[in-house]
Amino acid sequence: MARAVVSTSLSVAIATGLYGISFGAIGVAAGLDVLSVMLLSLLMFSGASQFAFVGVVAAGGAPITAIASAWLMGVRNSFYALRMAPEFGPRGLMRFLQAQLTIDESNAVSASQKSAADRRLGFWLTGVGVFIFWNLATLLGALGGNLIGSVEAWGLDAAAAAAFLGLLWPRLRENLALAALGAAVALVSVPFLPAGLPILLAAAVALIPMGRKA
Amino acid sequence: MILSVVLASLAVYSWKILGYLVPERFISDRLRGFSDRVTIALLAALVGIQGIAVGNELQLDARIPALVVAGLLLWLKVPYVLVVASAAAVAAGLRFLGF
Repeated sequence: MARAVVSTSLSVAIATGLYGISFGAIGVAAGLDVLSVMLLSLLMFSGASQFAFVGVVAAGGAPITAIASAWLMGVRNSFYALRMAPEFGPRGLMRFLQAQLTIDESNAVSASQKSAADRRLGFWLTGVGVFIFWNLATLLGALGGNLIGSVEAWGLDAAAAAAFLGLLWPRLRENLALAALGAAVALVSVPFLPAGLPILLAAAVALIPMGRKA
Repeated sequence: MILSVVLASLAVYSWKILGYLVPERFISDRLRGFSDRVTIALLAALVGIQGIAVGNELQLDARIPALVVAGLLLWLKVPYVLVVASAAAVAAGLRFLGF
């Protein structure tokens, strides 16, 4: 039983970690220095929020817009924490460490285990594993990305778009209308708003109760 | 930039720690639904902006076929890292050919 959790956690950690390479490269291509890109992976440690931050910076948005986008993108981590807290929310300092490792992947592996012990083990193994591989890969990508000259010539702008599409994909089928509306609001407002704000405006679409959990 | 990164990281961490500090009974299903929708709306907006916008203009270029290929590969359940790399390769290749 426990063996299955270990192998699931490890494969998720390695697979997720690998795309830290694309985050590192895209981050540097967006104009961030290697230290800032690394701090995002170490301190923020939430893939979609990190890509959102870098995406707004790349679009020429103000720092406050980048911060707000990353912040809004991180709201779901709160709900993962809520799910886990009653079952194995540790007390004291460990709680702050557990919070930092509360992300899409650790939650998903934990939630799919049958016993309480496996849910706990799955969370910690996946969380720590993703943290290690994600940060190593970010460093590799950032150092490699530094050697690259033109963002467009290497297709890194398209890679960033595909990165967001890949994060959206598992949620897309049940929320097609919401996604289409979000993208449309952002694109229609592009000519009228400063860079980055169209993305925040799209977040307002979430106030409309629609889709799966409406 | 480093200050912005640290502030943004603290902002994201505030969500993570909040879930461990707030009793679950304070959270309604409506709020949960909103949280799911925010993530989807933001990601869709980012696909659109990153795929079609350049500064304050909309521009259809090599990114579109790259996104189509990415969508196809995602549909075929190809691993994420290959999807992203393929999108870069398609856009880079088309531009090299002069599109």
